[in-house]
Amino acid sequence: MPKPIAATNDFVVKFANVNGSGSASANGLFAKAILRMGVPVGARNIFPSNIQGLPTWYEVRVSEAGWLGRRGGVDLMVAMNPQTWDADVKGIEPGGYILYDSSKPLPASKFRDDITLIGAPLTELIAAEFINPRERQLFKNICYIGVIAHLLGIEPDLVKQLLTDEFKGKDKLIQPNFKAFELGRAYTENNIAPIGLKLRRADKVGDRIFVEGNEAAGLGAVYGGATFCAWYPITPSTSLAEGFEKHCRALRKDGEGKSRYAIVQAEDEIASIGMVMGAGWAGSRAFTCTSGPGISLMNEFVGFSYYAEVPAVIFDVQRGGPSTGMPTRTQQSDLLLAAYASHGDTKHPMLFPANPTECFEFGAQAFDLADFFQTTVFVMLDLDIGMQEWLTAPFKWDEKRRLNRGKVLSYEHLEQGVPFGRYRDVDGDAVPYRTYPGTHPSKGAYFTRGSSHDKDARYSERGEDYTEGMERLLRKWQTMKSHVPAPIRKNANKRTPDGVIYFGSTEPAMDEALAAFEARGVHLDALRVRAFPFQDEVFEFIRSHEQVFVVEQNRDAQLKSLLVNEGGVHPARLVSVLHYDGTPITARFIVRDIADKLKAGQAAAAPEKVK
Amino acid sequence: MTYLAKPPLHHPSLEKNALGFTRRDYEGRISTLCAGCGHDSISAAIIQACFEIDLAPHRLAKFSGIGCSSKTPDYFVSPAHGFNAVHGRMPSVLTGANIAAKDLIYLGVSGDGDSASIGLGQFAHAMRRGVNMTYIVENNGVYGLTKGQFSATSDKGSKAKKGAENKDSAIDLVMLALQLGASYVGRSFSGDKAQLVPLIKGALSHKGTAFIDVISPCVAFNNHVGSTKSFDYVRAHNEAVNRMDVITPRAPIRADYEPGELKEVRQHDGSILRFRKLEDDYDPSRRNAALAYLGRKAMAGEIVTGLLYVDPDAHDLHDALNTVETPLNKLTDADLVPPVSALEKINAGLR
Ligand SMILES: Cc1ncc(C[n+]2csc(CCOP(=O)(O)OP(=O)(O)O)c2C)c(N)n1
Ligand code: SF4
Ligand SMILES: [Mg+2]
Repeated sequence: MPKPIAATNDFVVKFANVNGSGSASANGLFAKAILRMGVPVGARNIFPSNIQGLPTWYEVRVSEAGWLGRRGGVDLMVAMNPQTWDADVKGIEPGGYILYDSSKPLPASKFRDDITLIGAPLTELIAAEFINPRERQLFKNICYIGVIAHLLGIEPDLVKQLLTDEFKGKDKLIQPNFKAFELGRAYTENNIAPIGLKLRRADKVGDRIFVEGNEAAGLGAVYGGATFCAWYPITPSTSLAEGFEKHCRALRKDGEGKSRYAIVQAEDEIASIGMVMGAGWAGSRAFTCTSGPGISLMNEFVGFSYYAEVPAVIFDVQRGGPSTGMPTRTQQSDLLLAAYASHGDTKHPMLFPANPTECFEFGAQAFDLADFFQTTVFVMLDLDIGMQEWLTAPFKWDEKRRLNRGKVLSYEHLEQGVPFGRYRDVDGDAVPYRTYPGTHPSKGAYFTRGSSHDKDARYSERGEDYTEGMERLLRKWQTMKSHVPAPIRKNANKRTPDGVIYFGSTEPAMDEALAAFEARGVHLDALRVRAFPFQDEVFEFIRSHEQVFVVEQNRDAQLKSLLVNEGGVHPARLVSVLHYDGTPITARFIVRDIADKLKAGQAAAAPEKVK
Repeated sequence: MTYLAKPPLHHPSLEKNALGFTRRDYEGRISTLCAGCGHDSISAAIIQACFEIDLAPHRLAKFSGIGCSSKTPDYFVSPAHGFNAVHGRMPSVLTGANIAAKDLIYLGVSGDGDSASIGLGQFAHAMRRGVNMTYIVENNGVYGLTKGQFSATSDKGSKAKKGAENKDSAIDLVMLALQLGASYVGRSFSGDKAQLVPLIKGALSHKGTAFIDVISPCVAFNNHVGSTKSFDYVRAHNEAVNRMDVITPRAPIRADYEPGELKEVRQHDGSILRFRKLEDDYDPSRRNAALAYLGRKAMAGEIVTGLLYVDPDAHDLHDALNTVETPLNKLTDADLVPPVSALEKINAGLR
């Protein structure tokens, strides 16, 4: 048997549960208790598209160093689901540990001899104290938290404080939870030998918050002045609408309890985006949130928005495609779908938040951009950012910031005789002026249509009117580049011909991979793109490196396609690193893949050098 | 075809309404539809109705989908903003605009293809939600703009111009609207302005979802013998259940009815709908009775017209959403952006 793993503040615990068994809140408690000890965690639910009875996992990566991407591998498996037992046992690192319910004996063949077995008779312990079957099930979860809390060294008072907070208002539940926790803890103290995994108080969490990106984006929409959300339920975007609603209820009621917002659950995604168009056209900031299948349905309206210049914000919380695909797994595979959504020549700005803090920021900024540019702005989240709680910088807002409604002519403007032509480029930035309906009794009215129109919004089938409009839209696209979030560059410690481009939820894994490369003496300059259209800096970065890896979580290298298509980059300059099995990308994967490709590249280049 | 605006000639003898507007102020661009198309008569009725209820033209917001019928909002009330959406999706766009700016009067114009075929889902859900609007379907039983294919309101057995027979059952939008909760439902005929104008006036004054199905013959593709949406067929089978007059809150009450079968309904905005019954056993305040009556008459091949149902005390979507008085599009930064202190509290709760 290999030596049992010994690690402090740096290991992975994975909980295997059955969904619907109430394990989620117990597991969440575990992650939060560690955070309260000042130790960073990256926590992920891995769940099925199902309500009850199928396997689910919760993976907690403890990392004092602050690496919050998925690591891969498991050091301590809390195996509470007989259905997945075999695979769960197999996934443990050599020298790792398994905690299981020893109430019923398991044959030795069910284990591995290179891991440490930790048996605790959870069912028995609970059955002796609780009668109601649902209670027994729920408290068994808290009981195993008691076991691992003792094993790893989580302070019991921290857990008790969290339980007290959680059941505030349902005080009757607090004591039984304490009891279940204590049962597990006391049993462990008296019967189980200490293990090599340990937690120790640290000071590495700082002022960071623990929150999911969907809620952050919903809150961003509140600060961004959104007054209307029309949506149709779809995983993994649903909690974005719910987050918006929750924060609106708290922050957007007037003195009489009336709402300064509206939320409509539409009959489908076509109606959702149609309502958003109507509201945006009438001067309210409106959004919808959806995932790939919804974007597919919304295409016609997105093209309308592009051509008739109607503001809209779409949050696309990406999941595994194509078709229904893997609804509860993560991917970055809607880039091409969103970028060029709808028939004819169209393109649409996209923002790529990399963590919940940016979900909040971009969630607000998207509305300024949509209003200013009068077009659909996509905010591209994915399941990993959207539905997982991330440890992230706290939300910030500048008290002095004003909502930028863009170029809107008011009653006063029209009354003073400011001329109005809906699609005229008055300021040379290709962004026209608009009016809200009902502004003025005799001036400023216009007719919005998706059919070809002239500068004054009149129906026109003249080729010149059409091309003039389409070319202005291209110029507007150029203007956008300086308004969308700029890329963030991190240079290697030494000059290097190699670069890497990545975006969105890949960031934590990429940060860790970059540190690992530096430690090995491999140097990579890195650029995180944060928006489409790409700024010139992005292409400058590519030009200034011999080879640029493009890391993305899809099969078809969609970001690379956009770079090639929009910047005329030679495809051979861009080397894809693609991860798309539905799990979040890991630093291990990136390091291995890039290292292999660097080696292969050197091998290929070697004969030339000899010549 | 011409796209010139009409010269704004103001004849001194043109009658003015209470706001000082003449009929010309409610006109639009010159129609590009076929001469004799029923849809143009409906545009004329809309102009008349807006004029008569003293609606400030810019307070109207016009919506439509795609089709000949959906082109018409360009042909009436030019001082109003208009939105020509994508095919079959006008209801959602109108709903969103209404949520944003509840201080305007909403008018949606659609076709039978636009609303009963591709747009049936949006039609149905708009009826359910109680959006405060007037929704007019200009129903010719065909797709005019794509040259005469049957639409979903085409009657079973009706013949296409080239002789093909429609084998599918027809969708009756009036029955659907009644079932799904519209609170003002009427049917009329583009050739009967006297009936249509008051119906539109009542609908524009109504709070809640008002739906009017207007049979509007397509002279190019569906006005032949064998069609059940031709001028001749509709005239021969039209069974009006009532005649209505709408008295706006401001207008002097004119007594141009014979005394007798008069009934009055006061709407939310103070307007009064005054009916003269033509059909003794018809009562437009009873939804289920209306459904049963319409079902019976449809079996007999009759086209029932008039105000078929009204609930003058209906609630609308904004009541359900409990929105503030100020239209959402007029809320300021101070109304919308929470203070930084609120964000700090949220941060604290996430630690
Ligand atoms: C998505 C889509 N499919 C098809 C069309 C083509 N199309 C234009 S108008 C129309 C039918 C319109 O029929 P109706 O609503 O009855 O209007 P009418 O012309 O009869 O007044 C169709 C099918 C379209 N514009 N968009
Ligand atoms: S084709 Fe029919 S519906 Fe279209 S304009 Fe001509 S008559 Fe009217
Ligand atoms: Mg039609």
